[in-house]
Amino acid sequence: MRVALLVTHIRAEEKLLLAAFNKRGISPDILLDRELNFELSRGGEQLAPSGIAWRDYDLVFERCVSTSRGMYALAILNCWGLRTFNTYKTAAVCGDKLRTSIALTRHGIPQPHTRVAFTPQSAMQAIEDVAYPAVLKPVLGSWGRLLARVHNRDSAEAILEHRQTLGDYNHHIYYVQEYVDKPGRDIRAFVIGSRTVAAIYRASNHWITNTARGGQATNCPITPELDAICVKAAQAVGGGILAIDLLEDARGDFVVNEINHTMEFRNSSKPTGVDIAQEVIDFVIGQIGVLA
Amino acid sequence: MDATPLCPECDAEVEIPADAMENELLACAECGSELEIMSLQPLALELAPEVEEDWGE
Repeated sequence: MRVALLVTHIRAEEKLLLAAFNKRGISPDILLDRELNFELSRGGEQLAPSGIAWRDYDLVFERCVSTSRGMYALAILNCWGLRTFNTYKTAAVCGDKLRTSIALTRHGIPQPHTRVAFTPQSAMQAIEDVAYPAVLKPVLGSWGRLLARVHNRDSAEAILEHRQTLGDYNHHIYYVQEYVDKPGRDIRAFVIGSRTVAAIYRASNHWITNTARGGQATNCPITPELDAICVKAAQAVGGGILAIDLLEDARGDFVVNEINHTMEFRNSSKPTGVDIAQEVIDFVIGQIGVLA
Repeated sequence: MDATPLCPECDAEVEIPADAMENELLACAECGSELEIMSLQPLALELAPEVEEDWGE
């Protein structure tokens, strides 16, 4: 069984995944996204940077920290008929918060009230329609970067002017959400295929609770309600190996906030007691029908 | 593995884990710079690329 691990560089997660592959007797080739150079018309016959023809890989596991490189690589590889995790279809939806919201809406999955506008003037109206405090997010981006909680019209005007003046066209897509007054924490759940295998609370005094921003991880019990909404959300965006971020609203109900398709989990195995990397790899191996 | 390499930013010695891999990221304990192991034989470190806007999960 021949597997390629496509990466920008090696982080803690990739080392854990490689160790999990090794436990099953598989040694993936590591491919760096910086070395890719695709001839689109030649398909999988051409050689990957490893010197092996792309078509000879049973699986390409995409773990790029560069969302755009990973997504376009998946687009090309899936077009050639290669099996990948995740798929381009899933990555393209999850890599874009607006497309994720559309998918959640289409499948009737609860999420924060969301509006979209394309000019500062209409965005101001969208913010006031949502009501203060509102949250402005770039549609592309991760790790809690450039999120803004907007408390009043003065702040809104300043943020919109900055985004319109300093941001590129991506920042002129104004994605506005209600602020969910969560109980000092959010939930990250790890869905692999049709199972929620682990979940953590991410607690922080800051309203942004990403562990990349200092949120503290503790185990979150997987109730039937949590499992149901997570699996449904994962399926809504195309399925695969996904991290679902959820908020608890004032009534204690779950709303899906974001879905990540190249999830980080280094801080999550210890509090949950679940070997997330091994769960991922065993699922992947099972999917390609070769149990080593 | 070679002798302890130096941080390209601050010249401090950088401890390389026994299970280190090429293209692995690590932080300089002295200055906090994020470094990438470009080669294990010989050991070579470079400053890791700056985080780009599309980087993430």
